[in-house]
Amino acid sequence: MSSSDEPHADALLSIRKLTKLFGSFAACNEINLDIQPGEIHALLGENGAGKSTLVKMLFGVLEPTTGQIIWEGNPVSISSPRSARHLGVGMVFQHFSLFEALTVAENIALSLDDRIPIAKIAEETVALSQAYGLPLDPHAQVADLSVGERQRIEIVRVLLQNPKLIILDEPTSVLTPQEADRLFETLFKLRAEGRSVLYISHRLEEVQRICDRATVLRHGKVTGACEPRQETTGSLARMMVGSDVASIRHDDRREKGKIQLEIAGLSAPARTPFAISLKDVSLRVRTGEILAIAGVAGNGQGELFDVISGEFPVPVDDLIDICGEMIGTQGINARRLLGAGFVPEERHGHAAVTGMSLSDNLVLARSQSDAKAFLGGGFLNIIRRGVVKQAAKRISAEMDVRKSGEDPNAGSLSGGNLQKFIVGRELDRQPTVLVVNQPTWGVDAGAASRIRQAIVDLARNGSAVLVISQDLDEIFEVATDIAVISDGRLSAAYPAREMTREKIGLLMGGTHGTTTEAEPAHAH
Amino acid sequence: MRIELEKRRNVSKLFGFVSPLLALLLTLSAGAIMFLFLGKAPLDSLYALLVEPLFDPWSLNELARKAGPLILIAVGLSVCYRSNNWNIGAEGQYSVGAIFGSIIPVYFYGWSSPMVLPLMLLMGAIGGGLFAAIPALLKTHFNTNEILTSLMLTYMAQLLLDWITRGPWRNPDGHGFYGTRDFTPDQTLPPIWDDAISAHWGFIFAVIAAILIWFMMRYTLKGFEVVVLGHSERAGRFAGFSPKKMVWFAFILSGALAGLAGISEVSGSVGHLQPDISPGYGFTAIIVAYLGRLNPLGIIASGLVLALTYIGGEAAQLSIGVSEKVTRVFQGFLLFFVLSCDTLITYQIRIVWSRVRRKAGATA
Amino acid sequence: MTFFEAVLLTIITASTPLVIAAIGELVTERSGVLNLGVEGMVIIGSVSAFVAAQMSGSAYVGLLAGVGGGAIFSLLFSFLTLTLVANQVATGLALTIIGLGASGMIGEAYVGVPGVRLLPLEIPVLSDIPYIGNILFKQDIIFYLSIVLVVAVNWYLFHTRSGLKMRAIGDSHSSAHALGINVIRTRYLAIMFGGACAGLAGAQLSLIYTPQWTENMSGGRGWIALALVVFASWRPWRILAGGYLFGAVTILQLHAQAFGIGIPAQFLSMLPYAATVVVLIIISHNRRATLVNTPASLGKTFVPDR
Repeated sequence: MSSSDEPHADALLSIRKLTKLFGSFAACNEINLDIQPGEIHALLGENGAGKSTLVKMLFGVLEPTTGQIIWEGNPVSISSPRSARHLGVGMVFQHFSLFEALTVAENIALSLDDRIPIAKIAEETVALSQAYGLPLDPHAQVADLSVGERQRIEIVRVLLQNPKLIILDEPTSVLTPQEADRLFETLFKLRAEGRSVLYISHRLEEVQRICDRATVLRHGKVTGACEPRQETTGSLARMMVGSDVASIRHDDRREKGKIQLEIAGLSAPARTPFAISLKDVSLRVRTGEILAIAGVAGNGQGELFDVISGEFPVPVDDLIDICGEMIGTQGINARRLLGAGFVPEERHGHAAVTGMSLSDNLVLARSQSDAKAFLGGGFLNIIRRGVVKQAAKRISAEMDVRKSGEDPNAGSLSGGNLQKFIVGRELDRQPTVLVVNQPTWGVDAGAASRIRQAIVDLARNGSAVLVISQDLDEIFEVATDIAVISDGRLSAAYPAREMTREKIGLLMGGTHGTTTEAEPAHAH
Repeated sequence: MRIELEKRRNVSKLFGFVSPLLALLLTLSAGAIMFLFLGKAPLDSLYALLVEPLFDPWSLNELARKAGPLILIAVGLSVCYRSNNWNIGAEGQYSVGAIFGSIIPVYFYGWSSPMVLPLMLLMGAIGGGLFAAIPALLKTHFNTNEILTSLMLTYMAQLLLDWITRGPWRNPDGHGFYGTRDFTPDQTLPPIWDDAISAHWGFIFAVIAAILIWFMMRYTLKGFEVVVLGHSERAGRFAGFSPKKMVWFAFILSGALAGLAGISEVSGSVGHLQPDISPGYGFTAIIVAYLGRLNPLGIIASGLVLALTYIGGEAAQLSIGVSEKVTRVFQGFLLFFVLSCDTLITYQIRIVWSRVRRKAGATA
Repeated sequence: MTFFEAVLLTIITASTPLVIAAIGELVTERSGVLNLGVEGMVIIGSVSAFVAAQMSGSAYVGLLAGVGGGAIFSLLFSFLTLTLVANQVATGLALTIIGLGASGMIGEAYVGVPGVRLLPLEIPVLSDIPYIGNILFKQDIIFYLSIVLVVAVNWYLFHTRSGLKMRAIGDSHSSAHALGINVIRTRYLAIMFGGACAGLAGAQLSLIYTPQWTENMSGGRGWIALALVVFASWRPWRILAGGYLFGAVTILQLHAQAFGIGIPAQFLSMLPYAATVVVLIIISHNRRATLVNTPASLGKTFVPDR
């Protein structure tokens, strides 16, 4: 069913030629969309396709430049989130607006009418959360809840306002496969009640599984409207990205190389109250291998990265072995000198300083590993700015980093370009071991593809690579071996071709220690 | 009417220069208004405060004399603040430095040697550094806020100085006057020029320190480390730097410089240790540091500007009859306007007159 | 009146300004703002109260002037840190320096002048209770206000929707803004409340504690109030406990000085400051508690995206 130019008479929501301009840039360009009541409608597209902009217009956060929004047959103008809510539109954002120091009930109360007393909200929360299979304790402090539980708060908050249309922005990006299943059950329940769901995602299998219809966006325009189950993932991907995305070229050489990175039975206590402790972690990466560690956010990935990188060394040397040296107690630069390179998860304020130039950010990671080239003047350690700038220029060219000016501030680059620079900074050294945490999070498709290819190439040339990622698609693209981290515990590693999503999901759930989840009232 | 701020893509270098000048201009305007309120002719008063002292050779030397400790302390503070360590206790470190530096004159009064003065200065620096190490220790080991601890210690240092000069170290032939014996020539910091009104070597120390620290900050890895840790601890760790070690470095460096300033003043200007050895240099140095945009070379200039307010304040009391406390107010205004104008460096200011609320910004 | 009762009374008088300044700063910090200008606002309150009382002859006019002075002075801080997004630490210091300087200038003419004293208010019936009556119910109005303030702030923060919103802002100003809460306006009001309290504390100093004006008479109480907020883990009732602890230390060391104990007066005078440091160490040392109790957005700059 493709959308005609006339709005459907019985549609819940119809959008006609909706356009949003920022200056001369069209974030959304004459978008047409129809959603029927009782329909789960997918909004597909890559990062930057215009999904967020469209949805912000539907929720009253942005004002359309031209075009019509027709709600239940009447043209409407949605000027604020409050008016969107009045119409019956609810939205669950990808990034939650929750207050950690407050309780569940207090959080929900803050987004509702002032006059309803908190006790009543607590009551309704319990009732609603049970009814939809998303149990919540209204008096729990948000800081103590897992990400999946926090999402439930956001959903319950929306449901309390009795919406007709619920917009979900990439909801499963923070859930385990089991939690995602539970969410889907909730969505089916909502559909059975006659409510509609606008489901934003870039995960094709999911969309095929639960969505009735889909609209695909690319560069702000609708490139397709279809029934996902009648398409293949390939055809959907083509609509999203425009052409066949070059699939990553793998080598099938499987001779056993030398072990370059090994961790043996490492346990580390949580450094802060909300951190995860590592429990008896063991892994091994050989030359030519890419070991990917799958896991939903908040299961110890950052903590694992920290002990491997050496930013937070461990008390015993032989727990960590890099290139044959037992260096558990040594810091990050000692590890770099052995030939290791590191790319942390957070671009802003960790991998790079946004307020400093690219060349300064080069020095950030390589002041010791490249001391001979970058520093002079003996004990004074004077920075050879000319040499550094040249090197930064070379890296930018090599990785096709788009930037304004010769040596701009890191903060002025887009996420994808900065990430390319950060990864390129390490690759430039031909590291024997590369450890990357979330290589392409928040990065556009082109840059992501380039980064992943670079990682694969690095391994092919003899390096050992450890990739920690929340993106299963990415993992299946690049990994030679896959392990799963859950609550600070690492599973065994399996060759990639033996792994399936189901198996990964089981490992994510199965090794979970104590959970604070209450079981739903009904039996399975 | 609403004021909106829009972050600039790249920090404005132009405003980096213009901001302190703009702040000076605004301070002068505010000062003029204040003088009006006090019933004094505004332009005459400003002239007496800020311009007249420049024409008098005695005043110029006084300028160097007052600027010396300000610059010396502020240079150390600039390293602290850039590394995100908030040392507010420079006044106390100054006092303790003066006390430490005076140990030799008090206990080894008769000792004559060219070694005496350098040793005194060294001990002054050590004393200030040790005293600053206390808030550093409390921050690194006990996670205690360094602003409050360094400040509390300042009050305690003042009391310590008060006690030691009125008590155990008091000059027995002092005739009811509180303080140690006058320092011998060996124990006195000599004047720069061969002139009765000349400023002492403290000013030279200050300029040398400023140049050295400027060099360190701009060209060396250590300076890079300071700036990175000031931006983000995580990024600093990623680079292999230690936030804890930086706390020690920043505090001990600034404490040592403050302590050196303390003993220089005592041995160069006052001539003996007494309860009152500072018109608030440790606090004014904070303003000097900010006005100089936390850049040691800029601090040389701003140190001279603030020294001018001290001298002008004293002069204004005589020539136009205004309280010398006007100095403090001026200095406070200066910091206030410097902070206001600094906003322009990172943000563009837009005044919105209409009542229509603009919808959310350009990010898709 | 026994000696013991007399000591208790002086402890109350010494503790009251600390409690008031601290409870005001607690509200400010709960909204996510760190105001280091408290010392400046206290002293402005002191001089405003003194001068107004002198000019009008009424201590109550002085009281109002102290509160007003502190509140208006705090607007400078608000403008700089909320509208111009200036660094909160440096701005607070600037205000303290201006406050100390300006008050010194304004009050210069009044040094040594005998002050107008704020007389106690006896509460009928309650003041007849033996022992407690003398101590608690024959106090000046500022003492009663200090207790009322603690109770009111506690009720506001934990039992009203508006207080909940303020706590939300203190936890995450960006999330609060996303929910449509007006962060800037709430913070302006919170800072003004803090300034008014600081002014009230200052008024107590120049109208009751020593009904006189001396330069720098705030003596670091603003700073101690800041430490008290940390000590109290941002909870109102603990401010009362902490304030009285410090008041007791201050009074006891004064008595020790008068008593002529062998320790020199200066070291005894160091006690309140040393005690502040010790208390800070004890509270901050527990990193978990610090992390959990501190308002997460404290001191961070906030520019609303529109």
